[in-house]
Amino acid sequence: MLHTVNKSPFEKNSLETCLRLASAGNAVLLFEDGVYGAVKGTRFEPTVSNALSNNKIYVLVSDLEARGMNKDNVIDGVETVDYAGFVDLVADNKSVQAWL
Amino acid sequence: MEEDEEIIKKFLYVNRKAPYGTVYALESLEVVLIGAAFDQDVSLAFIDDGVYQLKKDQNTSVDAGAGMKNFSKTYRALEAYDVEKLYVDKKSMDERGLSVDDLLVDVEILDEAKMAEMMGQQDVVLSF
Amino acid sequence: MAIEVNGKTIETDEEDYLVNLSDWTKEIAEVLAKQDELELTEQHWQIINYLRDYYEEYQIAPAVRVLTKAIGKKFGKDKGNSKYLYTLFPYGPGKQACRFAGLPKPTGCI
Repeated sequence: MLHTVNKSPFEKNSLETCLRLASAGNAVLLFEDGVYGAVKGTRFEPTVSNALSNNKIYVLVSDLEARGMNKDNVIDGVETVDYAGFVDLVADNKSVQAWL
Repeated sequence: MEEDEEIIKKFLYVNRKAPYGTVYALESLEVVLIGAAFDQDVSLAFIDDGVYQLKKDQNTSVDAGAGMKNFSKTYRALEAYDVEKLYVDKKSMDERGLSVDDLLVDVEILDEAKMAEMMGQQDVVLSF
Repeated sequence: MAIEVNGKTIETDEEDYLVNLSDWTKEIAEVLAKQDELELTEQHWQIINYLRDYYEEYQIAPAVRVLTKAIGKKFGKDKGNSKYLYTLFPYGPGKQACRFAGLPKPTGCI
């Protein structure tokens, strides 16, 4: 199962609820304003780092770059993907849950 | 349609918004009612502010002030539409100081592990 | 669109459903029925009144399948079937009866 989060964790609790309710082994993709959750140095970094022991976490690189960041700003263990990678994630998972 | 060609899929509607402030809750309910005509295996989850959709005693009448349709009454009609699986996230309910007695329909309260398991069993997840 | 009832103009939508549900009166149901060349009998009223009660309780117009089942439960098997309801309301118990009852078009009517 793939979970997607497109809201900033500072604005909505979507990321926190997603990580709380995602099963071990599920993939999580952060895109649009959700990419702020993937960035080092925020108060959400410990939450995201902890989740990495149970879930693979991906971030859409073009949405990072659009916001003035790049791979180097991403929490260790979070993988960057491009649009093709996004499509692969959707195709590889049986279902997708969007955390709006 | 021939009987043996019918494919029953598991549909989960995830509700995470409070009623009235945005149109998400009402839209979700309308999609559930329309979708009920297709005889699928339907579940509803209420998480975060979505729990507020099920709060008892909503009064939206003109006299009370809001002057909107009180669609909370419609959740009680779901059973007749064969939508019987309503799940509430325990933590979301607890955090809001609510208990099952505050909710207007019978629901099943799920902890994180059970909710995650239920979500994993779905074929289609629709988020509101 | 609009209909005239007792000298009052009642607003309706493009499918002849009432715009304001609170406008409804029995006379309006009779005028709408006459437009469809129907004379409302006690049997019709039983269904129309049931629909109004249902809407009051659940805030929706029931889908035909749900209505049929509920009518059967409440008024007996001889009434809880499509044949009976379509005999009363040839344009459909969902669409036509709800319209006479001043309700919106049933949710799930596709």
